[in-house]
Amino acid sequence: MVVAVLALVRTRNLFAVVVLFGIYSFLMATVLVALDAVDVAMTEAAVGAGVSTVLMLGALHLCKSEEVKMAHRPWLPLMLSLAVAALLIYGAMGLPDFADPNAPIHQHVAPRYLQNEVDVPNVVTAVLASFRGYDTLGETTVVFTAGAGIIALLRRRKHRKPEGDRDGK
Amino acid sequence: MSSGGVLEHFTYIVTVFLMVAGLYVIIARGNLIKKLVGLSVFQTSVYLLYIAPGKLLGGTAPILAPQYTVYSNPLPHVLILTAIVVGVATLALGLAIAVRIKETYGTIEEDEIMAADNAVQAGEDARRS
Amino acid sequence: MENDLVLRVVGKLLIPFILLFALYVQFHGDFGPGGGFQAGTIFAAGIVFYALIFGLDKARRVVPDSLVEAMLAAGVLLYAGVGVAGLLLGGNFLDYFVLDQDPIHGQHRGIFWVEAGVAITVSGVMLKIFYMFASRGQRKDGEE
Repeated sequence: MVVAVLALVRTRNLFAVVVLFGIYSFLMATVLVALDAVDVAMTEAAVGAGVSTVLMLGALHLCKSEEVKMAHRPWLPLMLSLAVAALLIYGAMGLPDFADPNAPIHQHVAPRYLQNEVDVPNVVTAVLASFRGYDTLGETTVVFTAGAGIIALLRRRKHRKPEGDRDGK
Repeated sequence: MSSGGVLEHFTYIVTVFLMVAGLYVIIARGNLIKKLVGLSVFQTSVYLLYIAPGKLLGGTAPILAPQYTVYSNPLPHVLILTAIVVGVATLALGLAIAVRIKETYGTIEEDEIMAADNAVQAGEDARRS
Repeated sequence: MENDLVLRVVGKLLIPFILLFALYVQFHGDFGPGGGFQAGTIFAAGIVFYALIFGLDKARRVVPDSLVEAMLAAGVLLYAGVGVAGLLLGGNFLDYFVLDQDPIHGQHRGIFWVEAGVAITVSGVMLKIFYMFASRGQRKDGEE
């Protein structure tokens, strides 16, 4: 995954960038399965490696752009990124160890969710739809709003003047 | 509160690397579509950040079955599921805006767009003054 | 791509399975990995696959624009409707316990309808976005 991202940063051909992103999403889904997150892995594989890649290819075809111009003087962003990385790693050292059963994340709400009050074996679906159903309602509204926004941005009027509204207003 | 060294925090290091790589692509590359790809990489690193601490060694996926007693924490899975779908919605909207910018300006390189904007702004200021 | 024999045959073999798998993931979301989001995305991916191989116009005839736009809104309305049904039957908003005599069975019902609403909206949005991007390119090429 690290190799894919490094290649993605350096590549200038945009089509290769999109393909590398697909590879990266697929590898991320595999890592998620290794971390026991099967629902999330399925969603990431379907959405990241599927829909996202198709959308980017479509946008690439519409923009008809193939190459990225080389950024001049990339030193300042590089230094900034390395500084941010150092800060974050320093902060992350204080977080609990990997797979530590006494971490706070396992203490408060999770045992109650795993008690299975609603008799649905897939705990993630139960939490999504029943324990935290209000959040899922908000998320569905967000998806709907994104669809409405896309329609508003990319719709062409049906009646077009003969002079040609060439910029698609 | 933590007692381990670098090896126990390996997932955090990978997450930070992915996050900063995405951040670098966003701020250092001028092409709009590549910036959006960097944003997606950044978002996926956040998924890793949330799910990695939820895993318990020897646990299994959080689907209740009689023969397992230890489950990985389902709470981050729920949050990240929402985050993935919202992320693709954001990506789609960003791509739509990029397509519209391409049609209006003729380019999706950021410096060319800013130059065109500055030229229009200078033209307006010259006309007004 | 319509004339490529391999693609057409493979497409005709695979697409029904993809759509069936989407339905399977949707309804087995209670017992295995799955649920509304995954099912909606897989369903949309199946239709996108069909559109890529057989052309956008044929896909538009199978799943017309008006149906997709109706699906967009219907899913959210279904979800909110389940919530309001909870209100009307005497409980809180989005309360599943009051949806049936047996509270546990009420949970099953509520989760079923809610996941169906989510899947409808997600598949509608993904499909609509694909249609928008694809048709934008088509008309541009037709004009130039």
